Amino acid sequence: MSKMYYRELYCGTPARYWSGLALLGVIIAIGLGAAYYMEHNGHWVTGMSNQIVWGLPHVFAIFLIVAASGALNVASIGSVFGGPLYKPLGRYSGLLAIGLLAGGLMVLVLDLGRPDRLIVAMTEYNFKSIFAWNVILYTGFFAIVGIYLWTMIDRSVNKYNRTVGFAAFFWRIALTTGTGSIFGFLVAREAYDAAIMAPMFVIMSFSYGLAFFIITLIAAYIWGDRELGDFRLTKLKNLLGVFVGAVFYFTLAYNLTNLYITQHHGIERFILLDGGVYTQMFWIGQIFIGSIIPLFLIYSPAFEKSRWAIAAASIAVLIGGFFQIYVIVIGGQAYPMNLFPGKEVVESGFYDGQVMSYVPTLPEAALGVAGIAVALTMVAVGARVFKVFPETLED
Amino acid sequence: MSNKSDQPNMDRRKMIGGAIAATGAMTIAPGVILHAASVSDEASAGADAKHRWGMLIDSNKCADGCSACVDACNTEHGLKGHGRPATDAVWIRPVKLKDKQTGRENRLVMMCQHCEHPPCVDVCPTNASFKRVDGIVLVDRHRCIGCRYCMMACPYKARSFIHEALTEQSVNAPRGKGCVESCTLCVHRVDDGVMQTACQEACSKEGHDAILFGDLNDPNSEISKTLKSTNSVQIRADLELNTGVRYLNL
Repeated sequence: MSKMYYRELYCGTPARYWSGLALLGVIIAIGLGAAYYMEHNGHWVTGMSNQIVWGLPHVFAIFLIVAASGALNVASIGSVFGGPLYKPLGRYSGLLAIGLLAGGLMVLVLDLGRPDRLIVAMTEYNFKSIFAWNVILYTGFFAIVGIYLWTMIDRSVNKYNRTVGFAAFFWRIALTTGTGSIFGFLVAREAYDAAIMAPMFVIMSFSYGLAFFIITLIAAYIWGDRELGDFRLTKLKNLLGVFVGAVFYFTLAYNLTNLYITQHHGIERFILLDGGVYTQMFWIGQIFIGSIIPLFLIYSPAFEKSRWAIAAASIAVLIGGFFQIYVIVIGGQAYPMNLFPGKEVVESGFYDGQVMSYVPTLPEAALGVAGIAVALTMVAVGARVFKVFPETLED
Repeated sequence: MSNKSDQPNMDRRKMIGGAIAATGAMTIAPGVILHAASVSDEASAGADAKHRWGMLIDSNKCADGCSACVDACNTEHGLKGHGRPATDAVWIRPVKLKDKQTGRENRLVMMCQHCEHPPCVDVCPTNASFKRVDGIVLVDRHRCIGCRYCMMACPYKARSFIHEALTEQSVNAPRGKGCVESCTLCVHRVDDGVMQTACQEACSKEGHDAILFGDLNDPNSEISKTLKSTNSVQIRADLELNTGVRYLNL
């Protein structure tokens, strides 16, 4: 096997690169402006309320954070599980993971009621709170993946690569378990009080992270005019198929369990049958676009070597994943909490017993999209400055 | 000359290192000291572990169409609506229920249930949600970062997020945009020795007497005696939170 050389990524002409960065900069600026508008006026200008307390920014943030830990998988397979085909992709895997996490965290922090008090969150910890754990898990992730990248790039510390790789792998599992547990430990809400949330988020991260990885890898090698072999891409594609199937399995287990428990019939009926937009997002978004289409594109012999099909499958996984998080986060809140079992609420001064509507506003969406732009900017700059991508990935 | 350049100026390094360490200490120390001070403040300020303050609400006495307790709470704490019910703060709310099987109707008021094991305190990342030693659950508005996790965790929907800037606040309850708040069990009155909440006072004035406030730890208090001699319930008792607010005739 010939030696692997890594080189900074140049995307055609400098004008093309800089105009791309400028476009991302504009998207980020719009998102920051939107955040300022929401903070300055207060959250009443958003679609959020006292019933739907987490809105579209949380969907973007959780989606990006979950994808971030999944993006690191390729590096883990390369250095922890010894997959030689994956090893050259490890550096990019680490860079993408850091970028996605940074984007997600920016959205999360800027949607706080008091983002100016971030220092309080960094210095004041309640160790019974999953959020407090997540502050440590997220900041630790940057540090560990940073060191992991260092051991991959610097030959003098390469001997620690496997050890750091192990640490990073366990850390990323803990991180997604923590993110899933935010929902798993909410005892009062019927959509959330399930421990399966934590492993389900882990497997969701595998799927979304790999989809992000594949689609950006293909794009980078087209823009950089470099060779990307079919064999390696097919390996990634098959792995994505397994992950998509696993997410589907977890979704099935979660919903079947709820269907068995009489107490949870209400929420199941809401999500699966008569929840309006949430039911549509579940069936069309999560199941059809997010599971059936990608599985068909991945396993159909007609698209065996089609790069177009692999890219389309990855995009479908991401769209479906976004809807899945939307249904979990917003759908779970829209369905009313059952404070009085056996009773029907005739009237209430605070929307008891009512399905709440939530219509996301433009500033919320702008902030969320800016999170994706931050991730892509970090990747674009990182790949240009550091030797991240192999010169060629031909088979 | 070459000899000299081989020897780095260690004094200079030490000074830079010292400066970095000092800056770090200056950044962290105030937080640590404030933290230590505020924790002891919370435990001691006005609260006495001998008491556990709570309420008993008699559903049979809660009159249809009456909003005296809600109005009194709003006035007491300076809660003003902005004509946007979905985002306006609500500390106490009337709820009318109908039994699905028997059709029997009930009316009651819901507010923070001041749990012994409050889920909001469990999930709060910064310890802003806390329970005083006398059982009153509060939010430290200086420490709340507005993450709304407590609102997700509260089984009673007792909390409100402040969605806009506030003006003309009441001295009884300092509040702030971007923070979460809920019923304080009129802690300002309790700390002043006034053993009656604003909602109870208003309810009594109307002649309904549906709300009874008192010390659950004192066996001779009216609330303790009533609780002992009647069949009261906790809302969502299955969660084992041991609420400080109990209900009669539900």
